[in-house]
Amino acid sequence: MPSVDRPDASTPVVHLTGIRRSYNIGMGSEVEILHGIDLDLHCGELLALMGPSGSGKSTLLNIIGRLDRPTAGLVFINGTDTARLDDAAITRLRGHAIGFVFQQHHLISAFTALENAMMPMIVDRNSGSDAIKVRAASLLAKMGLAHLGDHMSANMSGGEQQRVAIARALAMQASLILADEPTGNLDSQSADNVFDFMRQVNKDEGTCFLIVTHNLDLAKKCDRIISMADGARVPA
Amino acid sequence: MNNGVPFEWIAAVRFLREGRLQTAFIILGITIGVAVIVFMSALLSGLQVNFLDRVLTSSAQIQLLPLDQVARPLFMSDAEIEDATVQRPTQRILSINQWQEVRDRVAQMPGVLVAAPTMSGSALVTRGDASHAVRVSGVEPDSYFQIIRIPDFLTSGKATLANDEIIVGTDLATNLGASLGDTVNVRAASGNSVVLRITGLFDLGNKAANESASCVALRTAQSLLGQAGAVTTIEVKIADVYAAERLAVQIAAANPVKAESWIASNAQFFTAIRAQQSSNTLIRVFVGLSVAFGIAAVLVVSVIERSKDIGILRAMGTTRGQILRIFLIQGGLLGLVGAIIGCALGVGGRVWYHSLIRQADGSELFPLLLESQMFIVTLSLATITGLLSATAPALRAAKLDPVDAIRG
Repeated sequence: MPSVDRPDASTPVVHLTGIRRSYNIGMGSEVEILHGIDLDLHCGELLALMGPSGSGKSTLLNIIGRLDRPTAGLVFINGTDTARLDDAAITRLRGHAIGFVFQQHHLISAFTALENAMMPMIVDRNSGSDAIKVRAASLLAKMGLAHLGDHMSANMSGGEQQRVAIARALAMQASLILADEPTGNLDSQSADNVFDFMRQVNKDEGTCFLIVTHNLDLAKKCDRIISMADGARVPA
Repeated sequence: MNNGVPFEWIAAVRFLREGRLQTAFIILGITIGVAVIVFMSALLSGLQVNFLDRVLTSSAQIQLLPLDQVARPLFMSDAEIEDATVQRPTQRILSINQWQEVRDRVAQMPGVLVAAPTMSGSALVTRGDASHAVRVSGVEPDSYFQIIRIPDFLTSGKATLANDEIIVGTDLATNLGASLGDTVNVRAASGNSVVLRITGLFDLGNKAANESASCVALRTAQSLLGQAGAVTTIEVKIADVYAAERLAVQIAAANPVKAESWIASNAQFFTAIRAQQSSNTLIRVFVGLSVAFGIAAVLVVSVIERSKDIGILRAMGTTRGQILRIFLIQGGLLGLVGAIIGCALGVGGRVWYHSLIRQADGSELFPLLLESQMFIVTLSLATITGLLSATAPALRAAKLDPVDAIRG
């Protein structure tokens, strides 16, 4: 079963200082996407990250999740300076401490909904077990997808796939969930249900959520709203 | 998902299963490649066994002969050559010195199955007005017939030899107008003669051999050729026919005999066999290479198609090693499954061809040889080829940065 790596209450789940990210666009030119972002996220917080398209939200999310490296600045996850970690340690950190919900659901089409929800636990233990199956099934049930466990993800609607992706992100009981437009593909009723479920997990388990969204109503339900424009934080 | 099955195996099998058409085509490619290799190997093995059988039916794999007599210049006492003209010694029947000891020593060498002494010489067989020159081989049937399989080629009679019995070829019997149970007079060049009863007729499938070969008891030949207690050759049968030359050198080095292997005696035939083996190996290598590149091409495409999946898996904590193994396993599985089906197809094709191509009398043209070792080697090599072919795509997949992979 998933192990819970949680920092003590005084340690921020995420601590960013001076995060910059630039990309080489050829001919020796570089474009900077993030211009020195500072940010602290604490245990039990549920934050909304808002901003227009191209403002650097997804890049920031990737850097926090250590899918991407900052050009400058430091990323601390649960008090650990990720710059000091090698690739294997970062991979382990991602697997145990961070859950991802991507902008486009990104389920693995070769597996069923239940197997997708089981996947982080199987990767962690390197094999399946009945306990893993029970936990994944219960997460799917909480997302209202108990009846779709055996369905191949390719045969499910976008909304259903997104809910499976959320169940998958919650599977390891990570201390941080990074969600990029988690309700973007859902109807308003489903979106409310999914958000309520995330809020419930946030309250019950103290899981920190950073949710990128364009939905102001949903953002208002969060504890805090962080706004970005042109690669920098702006007052909400 | 089955409990206990490693994640990499689950993912590899699922990825192959999902890419049905791609997987089916590459397995078909491997199947055809392996089937060609198995069919050709089985065919050529059968051909070789057939050729070797024909060559080694009437001759031993190693023949031990007395050392050549060497003529030397005649020296005077002060080392001055008195007469430098050296004539080659006359041909006469020579016995192997201490042949019993040589036979026993050779028979105990590793790789040697049987060593059989023989006394051979020319004689004239007469029956009434008919006569025919033959080569008389005096043998000990128990050991000699294990090497030259006369009993397998008997058309009538038996393969035992008493002192007054002789076994001859069917063509010689026809020429003499003799049949089983008839007596013939056998006269050697020395003037000795003996009357022998024909107790067996053989057909070696070669008219010349059937007209000139004959077998008598060793003592009979020794008496006929005036060489009491002597033998002119020791015929040797070994386990690995291709080791004949090496063993012949070893035997000659350790014994006072000249050792001639069938390889040296049939140099051109052996060269042809080696050439055939080399061409077969070349064909296998090129078929193997095309299979390997086929697997690699499919897996490279698979890595590109699955880059998002790889990114997601990396985001979930999948290590680079796990990603590497997922693609290596796919390569190995493709090789193994293709090889299993290919082996079955190759064997099927060979059996069908064997039943189709027959001699005029309906008997097999050459033997159907399906060695388990060939299948084990083929399956292992195909799996290893699959693994090696998958290495480059697997490394590429393992090196993908998660964020680049997710972006596609």
